[in-house]
Amino acid sequence: MNWQIELRRISKVFDERVVLRDISATVTAPGAWTILGPNGSGKSTLLRIIAGLLTPTEGEVLYLYNGERLTAHQRRQSVGMVAPDIALYRPLTALENLRFFARARGLPVRDSDLLRWLERVQLRSRAHDPVASFSTGMVQRLKLLTALVHRPSVLLLDEPGSNLDEAGMEFIRETVREQAQHGIVIIATNDTRELGYGEPLVRLGA
Amino acid sequence: MNRSSGWVHEAFAVFAKDWLLELRTRVALGAVVLFAVTSVVASGFALAPPSGVPAEVKTALLWVVVFFAAVAGLSRVFVVEEETRTADSLRLAVSPTGVFVGKLLFNAVLMWGLCLVTVPLYLLLLEVPVRSASLFVTVVVLGSTALACATTAVGAIVAKATTRGALFGVLSFPVALPPLLVAIHGTKAAWLSGGAWRVATGDLQVLVGFILVIVPASLLVFEHIWSE
Repeated sequence: MNWQIELRRISKVFDERVVLRDISATVTAPGAWTILGPNGSGKSTLLRIIAGLLTPTEGEVLYLYNGERLTAHQRRQSVGMVAPDIALYRPLTALENLRFFARARGLPVRDSDLLRWLERVQLRSRAHDPVASFSTGMVQRLKLLTALVHRPSVLLLDEPGSNLDEAGMEFIRETVREQAQHGIVIIATNDTRELGYGEPLVRLGA
Repeated sequence: MNRSSGWVHEAFAVFAKDWLLELRTRVALGAVVLFAVTSVVASGFALAPPSGVPAEVKTALLWVVVFFAAVAGLSRVFVVEEETRTADSLRLAVSPTGVFVGKLLFNAVLMWGLCLVTVPLYLLLLEVPVRSASLFVTVVVLGSTALACATTAVGAIVAKATTRGALFGVLSFPVALPPLLVAIHGTKAAWLSGGAWRVATGDLQVLVGFILVIVPASLLVFEHIWSE
């Protein structure tokens, strides 16, 4: 397996404000990388561009598998992402959220499998509760599961440790370690606890 | 785990999710049913005795009620994803085609349900003699489907705008007007005409044509609207 992501001269301008200027980098699986920088430096914007949620003003992001460029559909099937501004369906339960994202990605899921997944993040006992009743830390753990349910080759994490207790942080560390053994992890952070998760990929200024 | 591909399963997943959300929150159902039932009952009382009201007025009034009830509820399917910040979750997991078709199915089923409640109540309160029931049902099904297609397309376009309400009204007027006028004409034929099917053939063709044109056209532009 040979996964590669190439960022080619990425720039992003919102109205007249330049957020990213001429960013180029390449990551090859397996491994974990970090995007570093203070608040407002464009880390989340760059991660959203890598995920395909934003179009760069200039430049492009290439997803390659064994040298072949992936289609938009293949990229969607290969990427999982967790970010503070990406929400779950609050009126639905944890199990219903997980079931929806699995089915939407074409996975033939059984509830017994999903309940085992919820067990991994200590949410098995809250499987049938609406997400609206969850603490922010519990929501963050559930977001991680929905990003991992299709076993993505590329995992993008934007400040993954925010609102997590030590047990939650341990789950993140374990997930990053596992993912980095066979795929790609890119983490946008300025949290000192997360700096050691991977090699610095890009360091953005304010 | 095995994985099936294609937008069909994505559309059904979005459709099922939207209905589950709707049954929990009842946002669209509440708006649509409340508007429709209130309008029909108010019309029934205001136009008493209904026997003195021309059939042309009754047909127009029926479709005006259905259209405004649809506008009250159906425009929100995309807006709610943006407002609750779940739109990006959808973008990451589902293709634009899957999202649009799923939302369109949801709106179409909501429209058919709305007509199932509103139309019999309207016929009863306004004492409408239907001469061709089969044609009337066909016009209602095609007309409501065409309106669901129109409101879904416009709802998708305005979802990211800051002045959604005003924009929805402005854009939905030219898009929804043709099927609305044709549905009114076809309904009049079903209620009044002896050779109803022959009179309404052109109306049915226009409604089918509208649906066949607006769905692919919406899919073509939706990918660009939805992406950023």
